[in-house]
Amino acid sequence: MNRACAGILLACLAFCAPAAAQDLKKEIERYRQMVNEGSPAELFELEGEALWKKPQGPRQTSLEKCDLGLGPGVLKGAYAGLPRYFKDAERVMDLETRLLHCMMTLQGRGREEATQRLFGNADRPSEMESLSAYVAAQSRGMKMAPGEGHPKEKAAYELGRALYFQRAGAWDFACTSCHGEEGKRIRLQELPVLLKPESARSVVATWPAYRVSTSGFVTMQWRMNNCYQQMRMPEPAFGSDTTVALIHFITVTGKGETYRGPGNKR
Amino acid sequence: MKLVWLLALFPLSPALAQPTPKDVEKVMQRDFRAHGQAGMDRVVQDGVQRVCTETRDHPPAELAKRLEADQAKTIAFPQGSLLGDWKSGERIAQNGRGMQWTDASGTASGGSCYNCHQLSPKEISFGTIGPSLAGFGAQRGSGPEVQRYVYGKIYNAKAYNLCTQMPRLGYSGTLTEQQIKDLVGLLLDPASPVNQ
Repeated sequence: MNRACAGILLACLAFCAPAAAQDLKKEIERYRQMVNEGSPAELFELEGEALWKKPQGPRQTSLEKCDLGLGPGVLKGAYAGLPRYFKDAERVMDLETRLLHCMMTLQGRGREEATQRLFGNADRPSEMESLSAYVAAQSRGMKMAPGEGHPKEKAAYELGRALYFQRAGAWDFACTSCHGEEGKRIRLQELPVLLKPESARSVVATWPAYRVSTSGFVTMQWRMNNCYQQMRMPEPAFGSDTTVALIHFITVTGKGETYRGPGNKR
Repeated sequence: MKLVWLLALFPLSPALAQPTPKDVEKVMQRDFRAHGQAGMDRVVQDGVQRVCTETRDHPPAELAKRLEADQAKTIAFPQGSLLGDWKSGERIAQNGRGMQWTDASGTASGGSCYNCHQLSPKEISFGTIGPSLAGFGAQRGSGPEVQRYVYGKIYNAKAYNLCTQMPRLGYSGTLTEQQIKDLVGLLLDPASPVNQ
């Protein structure tokens, strides 16, 4: 059976090669759908739950009392309300920035130790990635509704929007260079125009996500970091106003969509 | 009376004010860190980047013309034929590395051409941010005029269209003179797959 399949696949590789890019796109779509039916993201959610409950840091405390916006320890629907303004920190925070805040304030961990390894790889995911998967999963089925009422939330939105258009760096790129016009691609990768609600909604509803091509779990802070790397810019600090403002801007643009992540990416 | 005072002090509510490119630059200077070859100087906008940000890539025609002329002065055209080796050009066009904080400085960069353009019809993984360049030389020939145009456009695309999304690949130090010549070969040489 497997052999027969392999045979057909080989025959196709040999004879279907001149097939149009359109067919390739369809195949990629089919593959994505297949992967979506049983997502490896679940493994990260399980690991994240264990980390959430694990006593860590100088205070040997878990994150179970972490306030993600709906009160200490409330996980259900918390991700759908982020980013938002937090009075105790006097600033707008996205999920990862807030998790870092809880590691420092509840567990007593230093910033340096807690941010030592924010982005993992296939062999070893990071703590932040697993925690993000666990927390985000508790908002499945809920409408994305980031904070919009506080003046600092409004300021973050405006900063994020301005950053989206800011051209700089060795290659003169802004976010709009790739994500500014509908229907464009880099190689075969389609690019969402995150200024438009109809494009931003599906992005906001599926991140963070399992990334098939690298067998790892990716977060929004990673996405901002990696975009700036490809834009030939220096590195934005994790949880900085810049990355939070961009995530807030994108989330507000895509608000109202029902969260169905953590999803799968190519 | 009190209200007038308040209005004088805060002409715009800070929450509603839209940050200018200069404001954004200041935020970025605070929030970014130099990493590898990507230094903090890259956060600081030059005149072209500033005008294009301010005008959302639609600069007034007069200003665009003036700044394009300034950019044209940065192009150093080599003597003689500009038609390099298309085989080397194809490798440069395929290579998407270079100038990132993850790329070692000192190693040759690629041109990332296929990221945005169709070139050789054999390559099906091409981007669409820029126009298709398939058959470019077949349609235009490979004379000195068109060689000069292609070389200049790759060296500093902003000299031809101020707010184009195409990087200034020579001006920014991404590609060498020889690499750009090889890309001219890829686009114009009748033997290049681009023109088959």
